[in-house]
Amino acid sequence: MTILRGRVWKFGDNISTDHIIPGRYYHLRSNLPELAKHVMEDADPEFPKKVKPGDFIVAGKNFGMGSSREHAAIVIKLANVSAVIAKSFARIFFRNAINNGLPVIIADTDKIDDGDELEVDLEKGVIRNLTKNIEIKIQPLPKVMLDILKEGGIVEYIKKYSRLPVTE
Amino acid sequence: MATMAEKIFSWKLGRDVEPGEFVVAPVDISYFQDGTGPLGIRRFNEFSDNVADPRKVHFFIDHASPSPRKELSNDHRFIREFARRMGTYLHEYGEGISHQIMVEEFAKPGDIIVGADSHTCTLGALAAFATGVGSTDAAIAMSEGGLWFRIPESYRIEVSGELEKGVYSKDLILYIIGKLGADGATYKSAEFHGEAISKLSQEARFTISNMAIEMGAKVGLIPTDDETFRYLKSIRGDQEFLNVVPDEDASYEKTFYFDAKNIPPGVAAPHNVDNWKPIDEVAGTPINQVYIGTCTNGRIEDFRIAAQILKGRKKHRDVTLIIAPASKRVYIQAVTEGLIKIFIEAGGVVLPPGCGPCVGIHAGVPADNEVVLSTQNRNFKGRMGNPSAEIYLASPATAAASALKGVITDPREYL
Repeated sequence: MTILRGRVWKFGDNISTDHIIPGRYYHLRSNLPELAKHVMEDADPEFPKKVKPGDFIVAGKNFGMGSSREHAAIVIKLANVSAVIAKSFARIFFRNAINNGLPVIIADTDKIDDGDELEVDLEKGVIRNLTKNIEIKIQPLPKVMLDILKEGGIVEYIKKYSRLPVTE
Repeated sequence: MATMAEKIFSWKLGRDVEPGEFVVAPVDISYFQDGTGPLGIRRFNEFSDNVADPRKVHFFIDHASPSPRKELSNDHRFIREFARRMGTYLHEYGEGISHQIMVEEFAKPGDIIVGADSHTCTLGALAAFATGVGSTDAAIAMSEGGLWFRIPESYRIEVSGELEKGVYSKDLILYIIGKLGADGATYKSAEFHGEAISKLSQEARFTISNMAIEMGAKVGLIPTDDETFRYLKSIRGDQEFLNVVPDEDASYEKTFYFDAKNIPPGVAAPHNVDNWKPIDEVAGTPINQVYIGTCTNGRIEDFRIAAQILKGRKKHRDVTLIIAPASKRVYIQAVTEGLIKIFIEAGGVVLPPGCGPCVGIHAGVPADNEVVLSTQNRNFKGRMGNPSAEIYLASPATAAASALKGVITDPREYL
């Protein structure tokens, strides 16, 4: 998790997990590389062809609303999207993304447009919009989530430490 | 001074908890369905070979049930083999939807339950802290017998008065979601209180808790009362259950007030659940398919309401009418009461217990640009398997009345 850099693909509010990975591809859930070919298809049918490794998905509020399908976070990760940035996230998607080592960033996305180039410094908590030459602050993640992200996901965390990420 | 969520965690941990705190808590039940189970098993296999307590783990084959294609048949076999090897519960084709079987037979007031399905919050109507999680989190609970949680802040939703004739708990929750918005309670524990809630039957309360996730809530809790215990004992016999109510001076981050008597029948119009419209505004909209069922409204009380309207009548020629019971218990009861006969004679197609067309995999995928009216909980674009279809959400009464006329119809015309 050093510095992430890439192009912005901008979406609106309330992007559901059905937009991210439609239920009609249910039969591909045990074939993740095939499933990933349909990432974000119902939000933008061209997205799977257009997205390049390192790019960002940027959205409005309530990104990932709806079903608990963890496949939604996984297909975004498999598309090598470096992070999802939104004003807010739905709870289950947010946790699934962290568990899979996909950075999810809460920030004001009004000043980020489709096609902008961004540089994101997770440690410093800042987004630099290189196209618009502005900086946007990131809402910091709770420590437990940062710890999971740092290991690349919850499974990697448990394998390394042989325990859950919260201790009392 | 604890809310319901704080009370449940405090009991489980043997100490007082505060909202915002991160804890590891024991999990009473973890469960998976056929869409989330295979990934959960694969994740489990990456870090564990031991199920903490197999009698606290359930697998349900309810989504693509029975399987419409070979890939899913293979997934189902993978689930069956794992469940048998580990000695967990396995709920097969025809048994019904996970959440319905949970409320009938397994969930108890005061339990902490995680399900790899977002509508796990249905169980909150029995005052269980039940929340949807991803496959990996459910796999961790299965292996460790516990999971990490952040104690949520609580919202109190207070509904006074009484619903009028022809207005049901589905109309009420659609109205509340319309007011609060699809992210109006994100992350919060939503607690439902007030005269209108306590007058609802337990079956009608499940519809309320089921849709808590549609305003982003982590759980949708309803305090236990005589009706809760009547329901539980009617199925499970004379057992003792915990009484789970908040302290009188519990502190809530926000309280929302509603008056049930001002709420008309309504729908959620495409493509968001918070796109509430009163029935007057959408009545007359032509529809191609009606679906009565799901974990939201596939219970015996829902079927009685629909059958009362459909009895002795025929569905409109241009409408497909699909009905699926939420569980085997519901199905048998509906057969016994003659409701299934009414549905078939009205021109309906009765599917086996399960999720049916709600998940867009089989058995009722709409054609391009078709309009569906369903008693399910989601109308997102593509939800029923076709992104160009439009989905309206409504009560079983509105669904039945609309099936007769071929257009969205105020059910009070038939009551």
